[in-house]
Amino acid sequence: MQKKAMLATTVALFALAGAAGAQEFNDPAEFARQRAQLSMTPQGPEGQPWAQHLGDSMVDTAKWKKDGPATICFSNAGIFNPWRVVGMHNFQAEAEAQGDRIKELIVVDAEGKDEKQIADIEALVAGGKCDVLIVSPNTTAALTPAVEAAATKLPVVVFDRGVNTTAPVTYIHPVGGYGFGISSGEFIAANLEKGANVLALRIVPGVDVLETRYSAAKNIFDEAGLNVVGSEFTGSDRAKTKSVVEDYLNRGIQIDAIWMDAGDTATAALEAFEDAGLPYPVISGEDQQDFLRKWRDENLTAIAPSYPTYQWRTPIIAALDILDGKPVPGPEWVLPQPAITAETRDGYIDEKLPPLHYSLCGCQDLPGYPARWGGSD
Amino acid sequence: MSETLNTPRVEAARIAVNAGLVLFFGLYAVIVLIQPNYLEPGLFMNFLRRAAPLVILASGQIYVILTGGFDLSVGAVVTFTVTAAALLINGDPGATWSVIALLYLMGAAIGLFNGLVVAYLKVPSIIATLGTMLWLNGLALAWSGGAARGDLPENFRDLGRFQWRDVPLIGTLPMAALVLVVVCALLWWGLHGMGYGKRALAVGDNPRAAELAGIPVARTRITAFVISSLAAVTAGILLGGFSGVSVNAGSGLELQSIAACVIGGAMLLGGRGTIWCAIWGALSLFALFTLLNLMGLPQALRDSIQGLILILAVGLTAWRTRRRS
Amino acid sequence: MKMGKIRPQFSVAAVLLLISLVIFVVTAVATGEMAQFSLQGITGLLQRMVALGLVAVGQTFVILVASIDLSVAAVISGTAVLASWMMGGDPAMIVPAVLLCLGFALAVGLVNGALVAFGGINPLIATLGTGLILQGVLSAGYGLLGGSVAPAFQHLAYGSLFGIPWSVLALFGLGLAMAFVLNRTVLGARIFAVGGNPEGARLAGIRTGWVILTAHVICSLFAGLAGLYLAARVQAGTPWLGRDGIYDLESIAVTVIGGTLLAGGKGGIAGTLAGVFLFASLDASFNMLGIDAFLKQVLRGFIIIVAVAVHAIRGRGHVA
Repeated sequence: MQKKAMLATTVALFALAGAAGAQEFNDPAEFARQRAQLSMTPQGPEGQPWAQHLGDSMVDTAKWKKDGPATICFSNAGIFNPWRVVGMHNFQAEAEAQGDRIKELIVVDAEGKDEKQIADIEALVAGGKCDVLIVSPNTTAALTPAVEAAATKLPVVVFDRGVNTTAPVTYIHPVGGYGFGISSGEFIAANLEKGANVLALRIVPGVDVLETRYSAAKNIFDEAGLNVVGSEFTGSDRAKTKSVVEDYLNRGIQIDAIWMDAGDTATAALEAFEDAGLPYPVISGEDQQDFLRKWRDENLTAIAPSYPTYQWRTPIIAALDILDGKPVPGPEWVLPQPAITAETRDGYIDEKLPPLHYSLCGCQDLPGYPARWGGSD
Repeated sequence: MSETLNTPRVEAARIAVNAGLVLFFGLYAVIVLIQPNYLEPGLFMNFLRRAAPLVILASGQIYVILTGGFDLSVGAVVTFTVTAAALLINGDPGATWSVIALLYLMGAAIGLFNGLVVAYLKVPSIIATLGTMLWLNGLALAWSGGAARGDLPENFRDLGRFQWRDVPLIGTLPMAALVLVVVCALLWWGLHGMGYGKRALAVGDNPRAAELAGIPVARTRITAFVISSLAAVTAGILLGGFSGVSVNAGSGLELQSIAACVIGGAMLLGGRGTIWCAIWGALSLFALFTLLNLMGLPQALRDSIQGLILILAVGLTAWRTRRRS
Repeated sequence: MKMGKIRPQFSVAAVLLLISLVIFVVTAVATGEMAQFSLQGITGLLQRMVALGLVAVGQTFVILVASIDLSVAAVISGTAVLASWMMGGDPAMIVPAVLLCLGFALAVGLVNGALVAFGGINPLIATLGTGLILQGVLSAGYGLLGGSVAPAFQHLAYGSLFGIPWSVLALFGLGLAMAFVLNRTVLGARIFAVGGNPEGARLAGIRTGWVILTAHVICSLFAGLAGLYLAARVQAGTPWLGRDGIYDLESIAVTVIGGTLLAGGKGGIAGTLAGVFLFASLDASFNMLGIDAFLKQVLRGFIIIVAVAVHAIRGRGHVA
């Protein structure tokens, strides 16, 4: 009885909350801005997208100028998924490449815990060794006060997820979630007839960088008159992904396209079609090697939008520029965010690398390639 | 004394088995109601193929539960099996069988470690296997570098993925279903055919009394952990076969396997249960997952319903046992 | 008799405290991080204890009555989300929001306690179940429950008195109060009695069910406090705050490391807080040494086993 009463109150609470507190992941202005950025010509060195930027805005960093080799500190949210693992290798390799300018690189890993990352940043600042602090926040709101406090003591560079303050010198990120959803959504819409069925496979609900991907794609599907038969969360679990797709197929639902907000289980989704003896759907994955290889081998109709891991190189470059007193792109440093198409695909495939290697790592010229990224020589 | 103790226990176990079985058929009936083609043998076989890893895990877990403990490390063993297999085989079909043998050796070693820690260091199993879960997951991640690496060849994948088509009567026959039947038969024989089950029940019920009655308590405990780990290796092989390499293949399976045994009527902290509790409980739990998938409920609420069913199933068993005694 | 009960428990705490300090000091000296010994460094270390410490104090109560609570992670997430939603940045809503959160935690504690004490359901399953139910409802409803706590409320987590954070003072204040409850009140005596010998306690006229229920309510309330602290710390609670922090399993681990018996009836707050201190020092030391995340997990696994084995091995009986 008590349990029921409690459930009832909880449900009532949610109903009360209604639209008032609803979180907004569908921002038309941001959607339009990112769509424009996708086709913008980047500035900066040719062929080095990690050092390029979109737009003209720069910030002055003269007041942080400091001579001699630097101690760079990095508070990382964690390496709890393959994307962050590849990114971390990029980060360390870039630091190694710039070794003569770096005295010490201190990395602390928050293991995906907001509370720990806040304490980590406070400890780094209190430790007094850091010349510059790089932060990859676990959660935007949670890390804002800690980053704000740190930024009063030393230059701070934030990347991947942002913070709700302009206190850092710059915030590095690729175009963004809407851009990801636009690239993939438009490709699927262009390859299907009106009224065709799309199944959306997503990792987890409620994460801003993922929700925006879906809302952008959903808008495009709705506009094109496509029918989204389901939006399922798979938690990046291959077995679950395959089971979910099998359940849809078992229900006799025709699936013309699969849209994914992250591609690490794309090949598992495709296996469900193989095992059922059905033709492959149109699919949007991501820039993982296993997906690109499958795409080539099976000649799929596919696209691989990306949230490039080369953005993990940029913070080191930015940090060193700041300590040199050179102006850097800011307060937002927007990196180009290409999508891999059938034309460009084969250039991204490298058989030496492991299945979940993110091809847009921009790491081919870095020390230790490919072994550092788990590749065989 | 054993007479008076045994009779109600057997009785209670029989009731419990019926509960698990009834629950499974009830849930499957609802599935069929929503999606009639699940009555086709082919789809039932596919259901078995996907349920096989959980059923095998639960059938191993029941050994530990009977002795009064828990094995929280089975999910980590699954993950470790999948990642180690991919790294060691690395796409070479000729290496498959020797690597599988090696995986079972590793599984036995992990089980032995758990068992020794519990039996001789006197660390409660929930803490000992929690520790193992942490270090083993960490080891799998460190070894693979944090993301799936290596490759599983066809002949390894087939164990969990291959299905014979156009089989008379049943349509398709997945190899995983065959493995499931063989493994469950073995585990049934181990528990009920060899007298091990009685020893395990005695240890779980009252270790001091069991010891006085001449039962080797430590050995019984250690055996349970080894068998649970070996079952987890088997589940890992099937799961890796079904869907391929990933570093989170086993996450969450430890609690699911315990929940399965309990839903099937086994009693935690020992004292009651049979292999059928594990099998029917796991099938029920998996039928529930499938049903929730088919109903298209928001993913999050599926967790809630799973929790509710768990409490109701155990509450019901507790209530029935109390009423009878 | 009574002294005999307290002394071994106290020594576990003292030994743990000493070992943790040695680990921290040696690492700091070895890595040349002398700044760690400043007031800021020390309070930073203590601050790492707050969230887990609050949960673990509560967990100690349920484990003392031979129960367990796996729903604390969901309660933490729940209170953090509720607090941020209800406040919505408005300082006037701080008091109502805190009351709502504690009410919510109280309700979960009552349900858990009732299921365990009167429903005859194994605590592991009962609290796993309530945790799952909460987690699901939270995740499903999160889209509707946005918002962030009032800036004034964040002062609780970021403010300090004479350089010592409020939250650290609160943890030790509450820890002391709860140690007093356990060792010097009738309720405390009953908790030890029910956990140590339930049959004897019943024969002695103690209504064991109500004692277990009370322990669960205390545990949930402390998880709720941890949730409130985390909400103040992270500004906007998320449904996976508690789960990602692994507060359920870690709170059980530190409690047992601190010398409280899983079978109930023996243990206390001092040991638990010492266990939390061990985890905090390890955290800080791993950071100073720059140990990578995967290796950290391996080490933590072994440390948990060894830390419990060290005092469990002296026990004569069997454990399961």
